[in-house]
Amino acid sequence: MASSPTPGAPTPGAPNPAAPSVYSTSPGEPPIERRTIAVLVDNEPGVLARVIGLFSGRGYNIESLTVSEVDPENHLSRITVVTSGTPQILEQIKAQLDRLVPVHTVRDLTLAGGFVDRDLALVKVAGTGEKRVEALRIADIFKAEVVDAGLDYFVFQMHHRSDKVDRFIELMKPLGLVELSRTGVVAIARGARGL
Amino acid sequence: MTAKTEEAPAAATQDPKSELPNGAELLIKALVEQGVEVVFGYPGGAVLPIYDALFQQNALRHILVRHEQAAVHAAEGYARSTGKVGVVLVTSGPGATNAVTGLTDALMDSIPVVCLTGQVPTHLIGNDAFQEADTTGITRPCTKHNYLVKAVADLPRTLHEAFYVAASGRPGPVVVDLPKDVLQAKGPYLSKEKVHHRSYRPQTEPEPGAVEQAIELLANAKRPVIYSGGGVINAGPAACEALGQLVRATGAPITNTLMGLGAYPGTDRQFLGMLGMHGTYEANLAMYNADVMLCVGARFDDRVTGRLSDFSPGSTKIHIDIDPSSINKNVMVDLPVIGDVGRVLAAMNARWRERDLATDAKALDAWWQQIEQWRARDCLAFVQDGDVIKPQHAIRRLYELTRERDLYVTTEVGQHQMWAAQYFKFDSPNRWMTSGGLGTMGYGLPAALGVQIAHPESLVIDIAGEASILMNIQELSTLAQYRLPVKTFIVNNQWMGMVRQWQELLHGKRYSESYSDSLPDFVKLADAFGAKGIRVTKASELDEAIREMIETPGPVIFDCCVAQDENCFPMIPSGAAHYEMLLGPNDHAAKPISEEGMVLV
Repeated sequence: MASSPTPGAPTPGAPNPAAPSVYSTSPGEPPIERRTIAVLVDNEPGVLARVIGLFSGRGYNIESLTVSEVDPENHLSRITVVTSGTPQILEQIKAQLDRLVPVHTVRDLTLAGGFVDRDLALVKVAGTGEKRVEALRIADIFKAEVVDAGLDYFVFQMHHRSDKVDRFIELMKPLGLVELSRTGVVAIARGARGL
Repeated sequence: MTAKTEEAPAAATQDPKSELPNGAELLIKALVEQGVEVVFGYPGGAVLPIYDALFQQNALRHILVRHEQAAVHAAEGYARSTGKVGVVLVTSGPGATNAVTGLTDALMDSIPVVCLTGQVPTHLIGNDAFQEADTTGITRPCTKHNYLVKAVADLPRTLHEAFYVAASGRPGPVVVDLPKDVLQAKGPYLSKEKVHHRSYRPQTEPEPGAVEQAIELLANAKRPVIYSGGGVINAGPAACEALGQLVRATGAPITNTLMGLGAYPGTDRQFLGMLGMHGTYEANLAMYNADVMLCVGARFDDRVTGRLSDFSPGSTKIHIDIDPSSINKNVMVDLPVIGDVGRVLAAMNARWRERDLATDAKALDAWWQQIEQWRARDCLAFVQDGDVIKPQHAIRRLYELTRERDLYVTTEVGQHQMWAAQYFKFDSPNRWMTSGGLGTMGYGLPAALGVQIAHPESLVIDIAGEASILMNIQELSTLAQYRLPVKTFIVNNQWMGMVRQWQELLHGKRYSESYSDSLPDFVKLADAFGAKGIRVTKASELDEAIREMIETPGPVIFDCCVAQDENCFPMIPSGAAHYEMLLGPNDHAAKPISEEGMVLV
């Protein structure tokens, strides 16, 4: 693995010219990656605070975090977190999550292969006339559903991958977007196997 | 969190026909079943039911400290010197917040502690009641885990879980927050074998493949080094014994972290001393030049590695740890081995013997010749001349005059701590208690108190500085109450020595606020607390005074007045590499401390 430097005393101040470890001197910054991680936890008081505190306390990123009980009988909740960082940080995040006492399982869906993810948005667009018609037309193209409407507004429900939801929201901005509520990402691995 | 709808416990309290024990009695029953003998604590309103139950039993001994922080440090000292879980009992609000420093200390040093905190009754939680604090919220980041017990039915199970979590895997502090109404409500007991944790199962058995790879790497090494830490001590005496076997089988040099001292006999020839910022020349250069490094139960702390990019650059690194989050946290390793250190080492030793492996004797011989050259620099040498006592001399003489005894040593934090780590040689584990991760001034005296409770016949010395000792000086009263013969050896240079040293080396000798002004007369202070006070100012009188201290049956405060300007060497300046050690006052940093280095603590 590592090459062998010749044994010898480097006098203090004279660095050993040995070939450095490939890890410690990799040129430039390591790439930032994005991962979607599923975490199965006991649904108990404070468990979300533990997860969030871990991210804030150790300076990790949270791009999206969703949580809901998925197994009421066994009091299990599932947290889906989208995070980004260098590969080393991402491994740390998973190890630190797994170390939390109420955590049952940590699965890196991005690394585990294919997964599907969905983000749901409720988008309120206010306006009249041509803009209103255009909003409805675009909603139709994006297969967004009208879940509430008045003479001067629509509430669209849009659910798809986050990037497509983003795109829809961008298009709604000039057409009178007044309010937005999103769930964040929920995700599940492809294939027959469960978490 | 504050589910005020659950009023079940209150109802249970009023049930007159119930002959079940109340929460406080259940608590004591659970503690006794867990094998607890001693609780360090301080009473208050919210925990009065527990104190009432304590009063009516004889199985548990309660040690009344004088400050809740000290209760936790005492429990840490007790835990570290016995290998058992330390138990703390404090009240709500200020009782709990005062314990936070101790809990953080225990978390950083992976010490198993269960801290029971009182809480206001459940119906008052969230109302800003008197002595209410969000204890689980405050202690969430400074504990391994914490609980708020909302119903008496959950109390025994929670207690047993708390002990399981505190002691298994990588140990740590666990808080159990106990509302007063829960302590008074009646409920059934649940014994510990009926409690199984739902999710927490740390991996203790290593992957056999990783064990094979690890011993092959060691067998093929030409310049191996073993670097072991507090994890080996935590894994128990058998793990320390297994470490010794591996070191002897491989013939490799071994260095210990501050937390790991005593895991391998300090007086053995294969031991290179402590490594890191104030580690020995030979230990740090062996780390720098090694071709295979075996890290056992240590975590590549910044005090150990120095500049990361120059940390043991040519070595293939093996890391044994029970905590997967320690792997690749600071330093990328080539071979992680997850598991209990004791089991991993035992497996390595077994396979080493079965496969009849041996290291390359010729290469190892050359490596040792090199190491002996480094060792010959005698990096811990100092000159004691004249009558002014050098602090290093004081600590070395303390070691030499006490080494034959049944000795336990605690320290405070600072220069004296590093000198103690350098000059004391520990031949067995659990004899050395110091605040490594958090660096808590005020740790040593209460920790010594806890050690002395566990080992009443042993010689327990707190090596202190005159600044640190004042941070928990109130515990002298506890020593007096329980007649604990702890010896407090104050290396008194009238400065916050390590702060002064950094100001001298890094901040242009601007000694901002680091002078210990208005110190008490420690001899009179000793007298006030019923201890013996001894002051020494002359080197010629040092030995006799130390002997007097040892022979005194009760507590002693030893005011050892030493030279004021001594610095702790060797020293790797912050942000520098292992080969950039300063060996003494005449050594200057090879280059000025970098901007980057100045930022580091």
